[in-house]
Amino acid sequence: MSGLSRRLLLLAPVGAAAAGGIGFYAALDRQRSGEYNPRNVPSAMIGRPPPDFTLPEVADSGIAPFGAADLRAVGGPVIVNFWASWCVPCIIEHPQLMRLAREGIPVFGIAYKDKPEDSLRFLRQHGNPFRRLSRDEPGRVAIDWGVYGVPETYLVDRQGIIRWRFAGPITPEILAQDLRPLLARA
Amino acid sequence: MRVLLILLALLASPQALAVSSPADMLPDATAEARARALGREIRCMVCQNQSIEDSEVSLARDLRLIVRERIVAGDTDAQVKSFLHARYGDFVLLRPPFSWANAALWATPLVALLAGMGLILLARRRAAPPALPPLTEAEARRLALLDIQDGPRA
Repeated sequence: MSGLSRRLLLLAPVGAAAAGGIGFYAALDRQRSGEYNPRNVPSAMIGRPPPDFTLPEVADSGIAPFGAADLRAVGGPVIVNFWASWCVPCIIEHPQLMRLAREGIPVFGIAYKDKPEDSLRFLRQHGNPFRRLSRDEPGRVAIDWGVYGVPETYLVDRQGIIRWRFAGPITPEILAQDLRPLLARA
Repeated sequence: MRVLLILLALLASPQALAVSSPADMLPDATAEARARALGREIRCMVCQNQSIEDSEVSLARDLRLIVRERIVAGDTDAQVKSFLHARYGDFVLLRPPFSWANAALWATPLVALLAGMGLILLARRRAAPPALPPLTEAEARRLALLDIQDGPRA
């Protein structure tokens, strides 16, 4: 082995450690902004229509509930958001949902395993971003959607196909980098 | 001694599945056993490294109940699994089916084995002593001298 390649071999561990450090830093940085979630699982529903379902309203909310047929009837992209009043990340993503609603994008909500009075209290306190609001207290419809936690957000395009699913709070970064470009195309 | 006995008793006790509340169990023992065996193959999507039979998360309980409902409805094991697979994808099965997307996962043991064997072969080749150069004239003479001093070898 020549002297040069021997010296390069000595540098290899340092190089590997440096590459690892850069990788870990990038992963942590992307985790902080919400772009990367190591526990994230790809949805099996992407490219498929939403499951068939009907759900009751959140009592006294004055917001009409919705089912699969109502999603199809919108005729444009719809955001379906599974949330709960007991869910802390739902508070983090709430301003982003409000922003979408103000822009006229239909955001449909499904209150997951939540008592109607608690859902109502949450909406009164933080504001209501939902054009339609249903209640899934047993959590069975959520399972049909492949939901494994709240918040979870789905984008259904104008053809009525699920194009995107995000598990976790919609941060401003996720909204700008992931959801906006898809909304423009959906 | 008593501590040892208690520890042994704990080790010997059958796999405890305390999370299945008796009310959730199927009345038919064989159906319940089937549900448990199936449940151990289904990943809890929340805790991710436990099966739904081992997890106390509410989603795991919902899935346990669904497994039991499907069994009562007459589904085969494969049908129950495909019901969950359609909703949660490969990840929900603790033994994922082979696909090109996870081929690297399945190939890992083989790759590791081959890499290990390759390393061993490489190390052995390196460790083999280099072929000795033949004795020089001077060395041969010295050796002959030593042989004479020690007397002929048996």
